[in-house]
Amino acid sequence: LSVPPEIPKEDGRPKWDNKFQYILSCIGFAVGLGNVWRFPYLCQIHGGGAFLIPYFIALLFEGIPLLHLELALGQCLRKGSIGAWNAISPYLGGVGVGSWMVSVLVSLYYNTVLTWVMWYFINSFQEPLPWSVCPLNENRTGLNEECYESTTVNYFWYRKTLNITPDVTESGTLQWWLILCLAACWAIVYLCTIRGIETTGKAIYVTAIFPYLVLTIFLIHGLTLPGATDGLAYLFTPNLNTLKNPRVWLDAATQIFFSLSLAFGGLIAFSSYNPQKNDCEKDAVTVAIVNSMTSLYASIPVFSVLGFKATTGYWDCLDRNIISIINEFDLPEESIMRQNYTAWISFLNSSYPEKIAGLKLKSCDLQEFLDQSVSGTGLAFIIFTQAIILMPGSQAWAILFFIMLFSLGLSSMFGNIEGVFTPLLELPMISKSIPKELLSGIICLICFLIALCFTLGSGSYWIDIFDSYAGSLPLLVIAFFEVIGVAYVYKIKRFSKDVKWMTGRKPNLYWQITWRFISPLLLLIVFVTFVTLQIQKPSSYAAWNPKHEGFPMKEEKVYPPWVLAICVLLAVLPCVFVPLVALFHLIKRMCRNKDPSFVPPAVFSCQGANS
Amino acid sequence: YAWDANEEYLFKAMVAFALRRYSSKSTTQISNVLLCNVTDRVSFWFVVTDSSKNVTTVPGSEVEAAIRMNRNRINSAFLLSDKTLQFLKITSTLSPPVEPSTPVWLIVFGVVLCLIVAGIFFLVVAGVQQRKKKNKQSTERENLEEKGEVAVTVENGIPCETLDLKAGHINGVFAADDERFTSL
Repeated sequence: LSVPPEIPKEDGRPKWDNKFQYILSCIGFAVGLGNVWRFPYLCQIHGGGAFLIPYFIALLFEGIPLLHLELALGQCLRKGSIGAWNAISPYLGGVGVGSWMVSVLVSLYYNTVLTWVMWYFINSFQEPLPWSVCPLNENRTGLNEECYESTTVNYFWYRKTLNITPDVTESGTLQWWLILCLAACWAIVYLCTIRGIETTGKAIYVTAIFPYLVLTIFLIHGLTLPGATDGLAYLFTPNLNTLKNPRVWLDAATQIFFSLSLAFGGLIAFSSYNPQKNDCEKDAVTVAIVNSMTSLYASIPVFSVLGFKATTGYWDCLDRNIISIINEFDLPEESIMRQNYTAWISFLNSSYPEKIAGLKLKSCDLQEFLDQSVSGTGLAFIIFTQAIILMPGSQAWAILFFIMLFSLGLSSMFGNIEGVFTPLLELPMISKSIPKELLSGIICLICFLIALCFTLGSGSYWIDIFDSYAGSLPLLVIAFFEVIGVAYVYKIKRFSKDVKWMTGRKPNLYWQITWRFISPLLLLIVFVTFVTLQIQKPSSYAAWNPKHEGFPMKEEKVYPPWVLAICVLLAVLPCVFVPLVALFHLIKRMCRNKDPSFVPPAVFSCQGANS
Repeated sequence: YAWDANEEYLFKAMVAFALRRYSSKSTTQISNVLLCNVTDRVSFWFVVTDSSKNVTTVPGSEVEAAIRMNRNRINSAFLLSDKTLQFLKITSTLSPPVEPSTPVWLIVFGVVLCLIVAGIFFLVVAGVQQRKKKNKQSTERENLEEKGEVAVTVENGIPCETLDLKAGHINGVFAADDERFTSL
């Protein structure tokens, strides 16, 4: 096995082996963990099938135009995010630096989520699964108290995996098992991105296609589980009344935006390795549609399994009530079944009301079980793991599920790391002296060392902070400036000519209108609404505190001021580069204006780059 | 299976057996065990009389201890478990879960890590070798250009001299047939 020598274009830039690799990389970047654990949750809480209406409207007017813009930009300018925006206009260089900064911040915490997935994966080889049994307490008289009060899966997640502290200010200690898994995860990322797209291009064949296989297997298995139809009906029954709530439209717009991984700089990096004569319009539409279809496709097995879990919980509740009634009234076994439970209850209530009241039966309601909606890590590590215990052959399902999550996250990590790697590779001082392997090694090592703070006891609280503040607001700002920059600084006429040169046809009216007016307006509205909603509710978090009275419910706590300062810093830091760089160039130009020998830089054009 | 008089007989026998093992006196008979208040639920009360001391019952704590000691045998006689055969006031002691000497996850982790390190090592070495080969080629070409002022002709990126000397076959049909060429 020898590595084939790269055949570079005239400018020495590496390129994709074939078009399919490029499309697969973009799809892998866009399709991530959010498609599995955020979209079904949003569908559920916002009225099921009715959520698809604002979702597709947002896709049409915000997602696809921005995606086309980024892909066309990267393809035309053949540079990473920093170089590309510097080429558009030096005043807009801050946009590129901002995207680079966001990619760095997101890479840090995203790989820690993959660490958790890996930890669950290597624990899935045991029989019985470690999250299905409670350990004993010290004197072996009963089960561990924390585990007994909450559930076994909660205990395994909060205690055995995270070893979580009750407060974000208490850092706790470094968890050595998480450090091992973190090192392994960063080693895998290094292995796959060691030479940039040469190596990720090979790895993406596996990591982008494998999740679809597993989703199909889960789909088929999930549909055969009892209670699956209840879950699916619950998910898809449209409730058009929810459309009156502006929160639904906001969630749809933000979901589309973050789901397509816009404004990270990774898409610009990917398309910069393309040949210039490539139909980026078709690529953009393909990637966006595949991403949305994957979200829909993934929500079916997720909700079948959730329906199964709710039904099993409901049956357990009924069975416990039935046992206590049978014990109390000394009735023969199997006289009360689930089917005639309600008839028996009404009969017994009318004849012996005091006895029934004395039993303190819990009211079992299937809707209540179905209503327990969770998104994010709770869905994967608590709800799904609980459902997996109930399935026969749980080890195999657990292993499949966690490998699927790992590949979904890994393909998104490739895009994040490319967004960091490509602009660095283009900096003149770095590209000459450092070989690619060393640069990617240095990036992975530095990220690993910084990410060690997420393996502390309070690590998961910090990841929530990073996710809500670094991975949300700055992206909106950067995307807004991207659209404004291309539409009004670079001018849409020039951009349309460039796109026509690349794809062979002029962008039609839809693109013109969305790029010029609709997308910037939509982004502005989303940004303002997002900020107002964030400011209105005081930022709080839910802490896991075993000593709390309401345990096993989580304790609502407020962030202390220094943590809030960090949140604001995370949100503002990438955005602040936009005005800073513009100011810097303005000052430089004012100094230069006094110099008579100054020649203004040549106007950049797409066609000019190739000659 | 249905609960009938035979099963009751087996139960009495098991209780007697448990008491015999516990107190190691072989005077307890099946007739000493008395069942009462048998319901359809299959629940009942039972007492054990002591035939040596007339018309007195064995204290409950002794019976409890005896049953606790032989719980396993009693359960398996009826093909039931601690959950399905319940003695009120006798809680079962929990057995500790089986813990292997090295945790399983560490073994799996070791396998995964070895694969990753092997992959990284292989890729880095291949990259270094490739880079060395490229450097050697470019220095060879530079040396050749320096020695003779003859321009090095390049065919598909390979200098022609190397093509002639090292690789390639000489096609005998074309090379040997000199008469075919028209003389100038």
